[in-house]
Amino acid sequence: MKFTLSWLKDHLETDASLETIVETLTRIGLEVEHVHNPADALKDFVIAHVISATQHPNADRLRVCMVDTGDGVPLQVVCGAPNARSGLKTVFSPPGTYIPSKNITIAKGVIRGVESNGMMCSFEELGLSAESEGIIEVPDDAPVGTRYIDFAGLNEPVIEINLTPNRADATGVHGIARDLAGAGLGRLKDRPIKPIPASFACPVGVKIAPDVAELAPMFALRLVRGVKNGPSPDWMQKRLTAIGLRPINALVDITNYLTFDRGRPLHVFDAAKVKGALTVRRSHGEEIVALDGKTYKLDDHTLVICDEAGVESVAGIMGGQTTGCDESTTDVLIESALWDPMTIARSGRNLGIVSDARYRFERGVDPAFCVAGAELATHLVMDLCGGTASELVIAGAEPKRDAVIDFPWSEVKRLTGLVVTVEEMTRILETLGFELSAKTAERVNVRAPSWRNDVEGKADLVEEIMRIVGVDNIVSTPLERDEAGIPKPILTLLQKRTRLTRRALAALGLVEAVTWSFISKARAEMFGGGKPELALANPIAAELSDMRPSLLPGLMAAAQRNADRGLGDVALFEVGQVFKGAGESDQRMSATAIRRGTAGPLGRGRHWSGNGSKVDVFHAKADVLALLAALGVPAAAVQLIPGAPDYFHPGRSGTLQFGPKNIIGYFGELHPRALEALDVQGPMVGFEILLDDIPAPKAKPTRAKGKLELAELMPLERDFAFVVDRTAKAADIVRAALGADRALITGANVFDVYEGAGIAEGKKSVGIAITLQPRDKTLTDVEIEAVGAKIVAEVGKKTGGVLRG
Amino acid sequence: MSDLSKLETELLSSIANAADEAGLEEVRIGSLGKKGSVSALLATLGKMSPDERKTAGAAINALKDVVTTALGERRSVLKDASLNARLASEFVDVTLPVRESGVESGRVHPISQVMDELTAIFADLGFSIAEGPDIESDDTNFTKLNFPLGHPAREMHDTFFFQPDENGERKLLRTHTSPVQVRTMMSQTPPIRVICPGRTYRCDSDQTHTPMFHQVEGLVIDKNANLGHLKWVLEESCKAFFEVPHVKMRFRPSFFPFTEPSMEVDIQCSRKNGEIRFGEGDDWLEILGCGMVHPNVLRNCGVDPDVYQGFAWGMGIDRIAMLKYGMADLRPFFEADVRWLNHYGFRPLDLPTLAGGLSA
Repeated sequence: MKFTLSWLKDHLETDASLETIVETLTRIGLEVEHVHNPADALKDFVIAHVISATQHPNADRLRVCMVDTGDGVPLQVVCGAPNARSGLKTVFSPPGTYIPSKNITIAKGVIRGVESNGMMCSFEELGLSAESEGIIEVPDDAPVGTRYIDFAGLNEPVIEINLTPNRADATGVHGIARDLAGAGLGRLKDRPIKPIPASFACPVGVKIAPDVAELAPMFALRLVRGVKNGPSPDWMQKRLTAIGLRPINALVDITNYLTFDRGRPLHVFDAAKVKGALTVRRSHGEEIVALDGKTYKLDDHTLVICDEAGVESVAGIMGGQTTGCDESTTDVLIESALWDPMTIARSGRNLGIVSDARYRFERGVDPAFCVAGAELATHLVMDLCGGTASELVIAGAEPKRDAVIDFPWSEVKRLTGLVVTVEEMTRILETLGFELSAKTAERVNVRAPSWRNDVEGKADLVEEIMRIVGVDNIVSTPLERDEAGIPKPILTLLQKRTRLTRRALAALGLVEAVTWSFISKARAEMFGGGKPELALANPIAAELSDMRPSLLPGLMAAAQRNADRGLGDVALFEVGQVFKGAGESDQRMSATAIRRGTAGPLGRGRHWSGNGSKVDVFHAKADVLALLAALGVPAAAVQLIPGAPDYFHPGRSGTLQFGPKNIIGYFGELHPRALEALDVQGPMVGFEILLDDIPAPKAKPTRAKGKLELAELMPLERDFAFVVDRTAKAADIVRAALGADRALITGANVFDVYEGAGIAEGKKSVGIAITLQPRDKTLTDVEIEAVGAKIVAEVGKKTGGVLRG
Repeated sequence: MSDLSKLETELLSSIANAADEAGLEEVRIGSLGKKGSVSALLATLGKMSPDERKTAGAAINALKDVVTTALGERRSVLKDASLNARLASEFVDVTLPVRESGVESGRVHPISQVMDELTAIFADLGFSIAEGPDIESDDTNFTKLNFPLGHPAREMHDTFFFQPDENGERKLLRTHTSPVQVRTMMSQTPPIRVICPGRTYRCDSDQTHTPMFHQVEGLVIDKNANLGHLKWVLEESCKAFFEVPHVKMRFRPSFFPFTEPSMEVDIQCSRKNGEIRFGEGDDWLEILGCGMVHPNVLRNCGVDPDVYQGFAWGMGIDRIAMLKYGMADLRPFFEADVRWLNHYGFRPLDLPTLAGGLSA
């Protein structure tokens, strides 16, 4: 919403400065976005008189002028404009003047050997028009020495308000003035609008189709005969231009003017072009060429105004070209109507028309001003264009809101903490147009004015009082703790795990990324997603179309982008939501990491102490096990099964689970086909686990850690090497060995895996070091041998392994 | 006795001249060993008369003591020398670079860091962290929050929708974290104190908007929470978050469908050379929206607005991260450029606490 200062002062009697007005507007909730004065840049330009203009001695196209700038002493100015002639009154910029359009500052100079003391200017140089021929010519009676901005009436600040959607009343200058008056900045000039006596009956009838009676409650129409349409007066054109509207002709300008002056959009039809009576109804798929010259295809729900020829106007949004007013219009139909805000909003959105009328109707115009608006428009039409007015025909009626709010004065203190006297609250509400009745010291009945459709209840009245009293007066009050004492822990298990996961993964040298929650459909499908219920109906781009089932594709693509910048050895992680479906419990918290190139845990790239090796599946396994350890998950509780979903390498990946029905995640080398599909180069490894699926630890009655039992005797170590099938699992050998004597054997560590010479084809040798912990006496050689035999027997039974000879 | 003193001179000379511990050991064996010269002299004592033995014994034992002491001293010197020689040979160039440890090279994203900072601040005031799904219904994202159907305020939200399901209902990506407030009010009985941090979405993308961003909202519901308390919470939490001794805030009346009265809050700052500082200067920066929870919202969530009251506020996590830590643009937050992450990210053990300072 834009308006000029003088326009505001038409409605507000005030001595307040622009600065005070701007501050007050923002303070009372009409946030001023900009104050722009086109004159700021043009304050140094003055009216000047060219006393004489003679040919420049050294240049054909230049003239040497003696110019009176009001100082009494004529200045010599060299000018190249074809219209620089003696006797001309023009606009002059003395040395030191900044020329906005040229981004230069005028200085005294010598042009082709002749001194020049300033410049005579064109409209183009002042930034007032895109092109111009020669210097500005002002009328002969223009006073020499006067600032051009004052002479031309350009010295007028334009205030732009960032209007919140609830304040339909402030879509007009009058409403803004009322708010300022409420804030104590002056008096609202509320002139009564006199009805215009009818000179004749309106020959055009109006009918509202019964099925839209609620959506189009009221429609007022009047004919003004014998008007002379032409340019609107200078003052109106200046105001419209100042707020960015293009003056068209008096009749159209009047409707635009009242749209901004009163927040009351109107429409004018050229009566000669309207055939028969007007009907308000729903559209039925017709087309209309609107006043913006564009053709719009209407649906079956748009409110339209029709004559016998068809649709002539899109109600509340934009009129049609066929019946528009131009210079030839002599009889004009003035329309002032009410429309359902939601209907206008929906139609406007569907049609893609942004208009000043729609802006106001979709917020809700003042229903009580429908007739007054028509009368005011008629006054302006008759004042500016002449003519005689018909009676005002009205279809429908003004919808009345009879809601009375029972308002306890204490509500203001309850919600804001502000202490305001009943007198002050009364003054504020009444100045803003609220009607008070049955007032006591405790409460009052309040009826909101017709222009405040946003006020529905007590809280709205509190806001009215609060914004006028001033939010600054609210006293900051400490919020006491709910419970005395030291605050209790507030994080949930998942929240704690999520936080800890980030720190743990970062401590492993991984860098946390945050990637889009949506990825392309192809990628979603490749990583186990792509369900129709997770596809956006209006994605912002094709590659951001589906909710991600996994964080891997986002991280893999990110790694490649870094590689493309020469940073190929990257280790990234993300902790974030993944989507298994559209249901609430289908959103899960995933912790995912990838390593690329040589970004292993022991160092990347070349190094004097040994180069970083290519990342492999065991790096990913180490990362995920470190994370589980950091989260306090006992390693023994997690089962590791070879293999993972098909975006991992089938022979170099694993699944982590707490039993077959609770898989928590996967790790491994990414499948070459997955890399290729994402246009990503490996080597690349990673893991993903769902933090929600890790079982909660058992609740314990105390925080005590349990008794520590330390053996007094030295542990001893014995090495064994087993030859097993190449596909045998080391974990099975270790488990079998540990199971051979649970009391005595406390550790089994794989220290060697060997295939090759000395070992049969298809076999491998696995060396394990067994730790024996004697409890109450030193072990004898016989006892040690006995345990060894049990280990060999157990490993043989469980894995088919034989002791390497 | 001249033999003894000669022997002493010889032995002391041999000891002094021993080049290394092995040479010295030879001298020890040659003197004090079983067949050594001094041991041989001591062996002669047995054949002497008691008087002879008295004088000779004393002299020989004195020689033994002298030799033993000299051997000990020399051994210590030689041991030091040999250790020094070994150490000298063991020199390495300690200026050679070492591998970075994970604690050094890992990073936590600024968004995560800021969420942890907010948690530290609000946990102290007794606020819990409430979370909810990103995929929401129209009801929880709009209707319960007092956005009438078809209202222009809905349009301003640039909502991402999913395809309608078999019942014709279409889910959406939440446009703010306010649905979490709805869920909290519907599932808990006041008093309520929560902050709701999370991911939010709007189909908008330009230099200053990304289709995905992060918000944190706060909600307090009890029997007397008013705008004075809201002001205090915002002032205190902003001071704590930005780690400045003073902040000056400007509250402006505004409009949100879900609060009444509603306000927007600007924070005073100075801008010099692209750097923003709070608690000084004469610029104002819009930082958050807030207000008293609208009675309709309370009613919609099963809370009686004549018994309970409360306030809510909301702001952008990415935005306050940018303001505090000086990132100029929003887009790189989601681009995973490791150069940006290394620069703007936080070290793994930079744990924000009130006791230790959020970022100090």
